[in-house]
Amino acid sequence: MSINRRAFLKAIGAIGSTSLIGRHSKAIAQEHFPGYPDRFGVLHDIPLCTGCRKCEWACKDQNKLPNKPIETYDDKSVFEKKRRTDAESYTVVNRYPNPKDKEKPIYVKFQCNHCDEPACASACLVKALKKTPEGAVTYNKDVCIGCRYCMTACPFYVPAYEYHNALTPEVRKCTLCYERITKEGEIPACVKICPTQALTFGKRSELIKVAREKIRSKPGEYIDHIYGKHEVGGTCWLYISGVPFEQLGFPTDVGTKPYPELTKGFLTMVPAGVVILPALLGGFYMFTKHREQMTKDEATTSEKKETQP
Amino acid sequence: MTEQVKETYIAPSWLREKVFMGMTFKEYIRRLFTPFNIVAGLIILVGLYFIVIRYTQGLGAVTHASDNQPWGLFLSWGLFTGIPLAAAGYVLGSTVYLFGLKEYRPLLRPAIILGFLGYLFAALFLLVDLGRPWRLPYPMFVSYGVGSVLFFVAWSVTLHVVLYFVESCPAIFEWLGSDRFRRWALKVTVGATIFVVTLSTLHQSALGALFLLSPGKLHPLWYSQFIPVFFFVSSIFAGLSMVIAESTLTSRYLKHRVSAHYQAKLPELTLGLGKAASFVLFTYFGLKIIGIAHGHHWNLLNTSYGYLFLVEMIIFVLLPCFLFAFGVRNRSVGLVRFTAFFTIIGVALNRFNVSLIGLNWKLPHRELFHWKEFVIVITIITIELLIYRWIVNRMPVHREHPEYKGMH
Repeated sequence: MSINRRAFLKAIGAIGSTSLIGRHSKAIAQEHFPGYPDRFGVLHDIPLCTGCRKCEWACKDQNKLPNKPIETYDDKSVFEKKRRTDAESYTVVNRYPNPKDKEKPIYVKFQCNHCDEPACASACLVKALKKTPEGAVTYNKDVCIGCRYCMTACPFYVPAYEYHNALTPEVRKCTLCYERITKEGEIPACVKICPTQALTFGKRSELIKVAREKIRSKPGEYIDHIYGKHEVGGTCWLYISGVPFEQLGFPTDVGTKPYPELTKGFLTMVPAGVVILPALLGGFYMFTKHREQMTKDEATTSEKKETQP
Repeated sequence: MTEQVKETYIAPSWLREKVFMGMTFKEYIRRLFTPFNIVAGLIILVGLYFIVIRYTQGLGAVTHASDNQPWGLFLSWGLFTGIPLAAAGYVLGSTVYLFGLKEYRPLLRPAIILGFLGYLFAALFLLVDLGRPWRLPYPMFVSYGVGSVLFFVAWSVTLHVVLYFVESCPAIFEWLGSDRFRRWALKVTVGATIFVVTLSTLHQSALGALFLLSPGKLHPLWYSQFIPVFFFVSSIFAGLSMVIAESTLTSRYLKHRVSAHYQAKLPELTLGLGKAASFVLFTYFGLKIIGIAHGHHWNLLNTSYGYLFLVEMIIFVLLPCFLFAFGVRNRSVGLVRFTAFFTIIGVALNRFNVSLIGLNWKLPHRELFHWKEFVIVITIITIELLIYRWIVNRMPVHREHPEYKGMH
């Protein structure tokens, strides 16, 4: 059987319709995104943190996660090992040795950094994770299929999964108290409860000014680096510290490029490939077809010559 | 009266011819009890138990439930290794239809079935691995994360299952004896092939592109901006090796399902495939070297991960490259066949290094996968093998259907 004109046109039609999938290109090929102008954020002044872990309690209270009485949070033994966020804790405080003063260890609060251009959101194939104009990276459990690519993509190892939930497992992470901020005009629960002002909530642009002022006004107290200002293209959580950030468990190899740009090149190539490759392959097919025809014709003409005297 | 008898006679005979391979039901069941089938059945029983546990108690009941290493054996084997091995379908499809190498036609149908089952089972592994498996069609119909590489992968896997099924239709309709449907199926075959080759090129690379989002997490020896190209090029020799490996096993263990024509042509075709694989392996090796040079990672070779990388590159890429070439030059079909199996292990090793071992290499403590995951993977592979045998035993895959001889 040979391909006829109709079959060929059918194939072309099929190819044409797939190039419609190529509407990715519009979404991806946008120019550099400077971030939503009025996004909120939190500044974590690490030297002010005393490791009371009240933020952990408040977070669980706010998000209705399994919680213990607030007094039990005085227990310092939890600092013996480094903890990460999990399905039942959206934030954790870890302790690090202080190279300047052994008596005064350093406490660092850890949670979702709410990136300006989040790796998790660009990884999500159903748009369950979204960057909101208010700054929070929110999660929609109603469309999540549970592929956990967001967890593989997150450079900070933040999202956690409900592995022991058989029917309705969700990805869990800090919401920046999105509902509280937008509907109740409140500030995040962890910031509200912090007794030492180690956390400041506000417009990210303002927080950068505050951070700069702190670094400038107390020389020697802080190193000259606002973590999160440029890291992974900028995050809504910002940190200032007295010791270099790599000593406090912060990944310092994440670069300043927003993560979505890492796959942008590949994704813009896809629609191009969907158009160019069929043309090329169809061309090969036509050559092959023609060659077969030529061999056939040659065979018949030589036969004819042989039969003619 | 006579008509009634005739009817009752015809109905069981269709089943008997098409499904029970010409035996009565009783005889068929009796014949099923072979040592191979009994072992396979036991494996499946154990595996099904764990699969039930997984669906009733959650992924955490059969995996390490790690928030740091969310992807385990189901994806490393089922998706990241399964898909390049399913490349057999697009590699042979383009060889025969697009480049016009008609000599390879006897190997085409098995390759397409390999492609079809490869993708179907990749989807099956996803159903085991996804937190909410019934939402598998969501990227297609409910919510479109068009900025995600995984979105493209999801669409590709779905389209591949459909297209490979379309390409398998001629064999299916010959088996069912439906001449009209067979002719329809043949008409769209070339279109489907062009479509599959296009999508496969992009989609094999897309599996690599998934890891572009993990620059700090994936070991620098494997992380490269060229990783999509590595994945695509290695899928070619993975596909070629799979065709050789499959033909080796079938011509040996399912001899009676293989035509004399196929058996006679096979040695020469095997050498041809081996030659191609050798060439592609060499290209791949060169590309990988450029990858290290580009990242200035020579110093990392002298670390434990570096040794693993060298094992992968020298023992499982360079060595098979030479073994293929040597086998072809000495016309040793046996060596080419051995090398094909060897290459498949190499491809699996590479995909495991990228998606499991080299990922999160900086974390101090991590467990790669739980033994229960391994049991489930073995179970699903066993089911896949049995289905493959079921198809080959019934449909004209390695032989021509007597009614359609020479009519392709």
